[in-house]
Amino acid sequence: MMVMDRSNRATAPTAPAPGAQAEATAEATAGVYGPLKISAQGVDVFYGDKQALKQVDLDIHENQVTALIGPSGCGKSTFLRCLNRMNDVIESARVRGTILLDGQNIYDRDLDVVTLRARVGMVFQKPNPFPKSIYDNVAYGPRIHGIGSGKAELDEIVATSLERAGLLKEVKDRLHEPGTGLSGGQQQRLCIARAIAVNPDVILMDEPCSALDPIATARVEELIDELRENYTIVIVTHSMQQAARVSQRTAFFHLGELVEVGDTEQIFTSPRDERTQGYITGRFG
Amino acid sequence: MQLTILATTLLLLTLIGFYLGRSRAVASAGGNRRQLHSLPGYHGVYVALWCGLPALFIVALWLVVEPHVIEALVLSGLPEGMTDVGPGQLSLLINEIRNAANGVSFFGEPNPAVVAAAERYNALHQIGFAAMGVVAAAAAIGGLAWARRRIAPNMRARNRVEKAIMAILIVLSTISVLTTIGIVLSLLFESIRFFSRVPVTEFLFGLQWSPQTAIREDQVGSSGAFGAVPLFAGTMLITLIAMCVAVPVGLLSAIYLADYASPRVRSVVKPVLEVLAGIPTVVYGFFAALTVAPFVRDAGASAGLDVASFSALAAGLVMGIMIIPYVSSLSDDVMNAVPQTLRDGSYALGATKSETIRQVVFPAALPGIVGAILLAVSRAIGETMIVVMAAGLAANLTANPLEAVTTVTVQIVTLLVGDQEFDSAKTLAAFALGLLLFCVTLILNIIALRVVRKYREKYD
Ligand SMILES: Nc1ncnc2c1ncn2[C@@H]1O[C@H](COP(=O)(O)OP(=O)(O)O)[C@@H](O)[C@H]1O
Ligand SMILES: [Mg+2]
Repeated sequence: MMVMDRSNRATAPTAPAPGAQAEATAEATAGVYGPLKISAQGVDVFYGDKQALKQVDLDIHENQVTALIGPSGCGKSTFLRCLNRMNDVIESARVRGTILLDGQNIYDRDLDVVTLRARVGMVFQKPNPFPKSIYDNVAYGPRIHGIGSGKAELDEIVATSLERAGLLKEVKDRLHEPGTGLSGGQQQRLCIARAIAVNPDVILMDEPCSALDPIATARVEELIDELRENYTIVIVTHSMQQAARVSQRTAFFHLGELVEVGDTEQIFTSPRDERTQGYITGRFG
Repeated sequence: MQLTILATTLLLLTLIGFYLGRSRAVASAGGNRRQLHSLPGYHGVYVALWCGLPALFIVALWLVVEPHVIEALVLSGLPEGMTDVGPGQLSLLINEIRNAANGVSFFGEPNPAVVAAAERYNALHQIGFAAMGVVAAAAAIGGLAWARRRIAPNMRARNRVEKAIMAILIVLSTISVLTTIGIVLSLLFESIRFFSRVPVTEFLFGLQWSPQTAIREDQVGSSGAFGAVPLFAGTMLITLIAMCVAVPVGLLSAIYLADYASPRVRSVVKPVLEVLAGIPTVVYGFFAALTVAPFVRDAGASAGLDVASFSALAAGLVMGIMIIPYVSSLSDDVMNAVPQTLRDGSYALGATKSETIRQVVFPAALPGIVGAILLAVSRAIGETMIVVMAAGLAANLTANPLEAVTTVTVQIVTLLVGDQEFDSAKTLAAFALGLLLFCVTLILNIIALRVVRKYREKYD
């Protein structure tokens, strides 16, 4: 149901860089992962003088859920925000290193942040629907990017996005009521629908369930699993059970370093690093 | 002086009451504080309240009642014929006695009867004050002793103190409410007197304002014209011009401050903008009259326009500058209060800064911004000094900003300045104008509240 054309502002992905291609091929032939989508290489992040991330190298593969776990303050959100350059918004933040999205460095001088963010959507910890109607919330992104010219087309995009976020049934009679009137779980799914509406390749989620009750959490986790089919998902979570439930790959961060990355099953059953072991057995964090 | 001593004494007694109550509470619990229902401090406050409040009440009552009692006593002691005069004469006489009692005399040799009465007045006053002091002190000590006796571990001192505090707060807020009501009522009554001379319809709908002809009593109502429409039209015209300056400039600078300026710039620019609100309006007034008005006139002349030397435009422009900070500072506050998470949500969808402000921040802050603008409007409507100095006094009914106009506030000032008969239609007209102005601002405020509430319901 890919009805949405990418806008004129969101350009088609450029050809992958040769190196990334080779890596992706290598792993793909290993038969474990899909093609490489994002590749972070030597990423350092500073807030003022304080270093929050140290030399992080991480590959993220297509149509897969990658979970970032680690004790709080270890830099998970910081890394996530590097992937759509949301750190640009923070005055004191400085990012060094390379992050390739489909082989193109997103920190290139001539890369347009607007385009990047259209391709890499984000869902936040606390549901943050705009103080607008449900319809306008979902239509916000498409309108910004000039996707969906007529009203009919926009209606279609809104309906599809809500449908994919599993919210359409619950709200189809109240599309023009404020999005802030929904329950917490519905609001978070509205935010997911809002991100989907601009037809991104990647969706970043920063502890999307931490403000939700268990039932709403289960609903969102189900949704994440469904979305994996069409999108590449990176999710930060403080719940190891959640990481185990929804992700195929897990990266463990500790004090600004990427300690270990691997298959979720492997990380949780036979971690290679003792810090990972300590964290997943609950000795710290 | 004597009052100061009395106040100090009562305060000391209250303080003593507090400490006595506290220690008594501790003692009554046998040193085991956990047996007390309330903390010892509450017992202290309880005793202090019983000590201070009755005494305070007595003093207040005394201060209100005493002058009347003494007056009556003094008057009844005067020789027969002196008190059989009209009420006006009588109050003159009382004033004379008071002045003599204070050692002031305006009328050369005072009447011996007055001197005697003044002495009596002083004596009575002394006795009265002493009596009051004794009664108040007795009440304080009595209250202290009574309350102290009642202290027991299970006495609910906390609950009683809370109740007393609530009662005190209610009394104080009632005072402010009653004052407001009193002012409104006096406006209303004077206006009713005015409307008995000038019909309401003429006042509300008349297109002619020239109260000058009504100075002499024999001319009242015969030729004075009291149509308020030109005044309100002038007020609206100047307010409109002011808002045309203040809203765009204020809002845009608020947007700059809230979303574009770095914290350093913001911490400098915002206070500087707020200084504009601290400049005395009379300074704006002569700035308007001496600088802006001539500039507007000359600019108009060079463009071939005929501009009055006092123009609505000049006054409105300067007033607009004056109210910029009302718009900018409040709007900046409400836009800052829009959560960063909403902005992040918008940026994360690829919106630029200006798109985010236009479509997310601004709508979310709109109720507050509307409130800020309406506040600025009522400030503009009530502004007097600038208009007195720069807009002139001519009550022209015109929509041309290049002509001189006058406003409601200016007319109130001119009606009341100088020697006036207090019940001439001209003076009373000021009250009617005041009442109407009050109604207009009230309606404005109600609308503002409505707007704010409507958006609240929709968005929160
Ligand atoms: N805006 C910021 N300014 C300064 N320091 C920050 C900011 N955001 C995060 N940090 C710091 O960076 C480190 C990593 O934070 P974060 O990425 O939010 O951790 P996590 O999401 O893993 O809990 C923490 O030590 C935090 O204090
Ligand atoms: Mg975090």
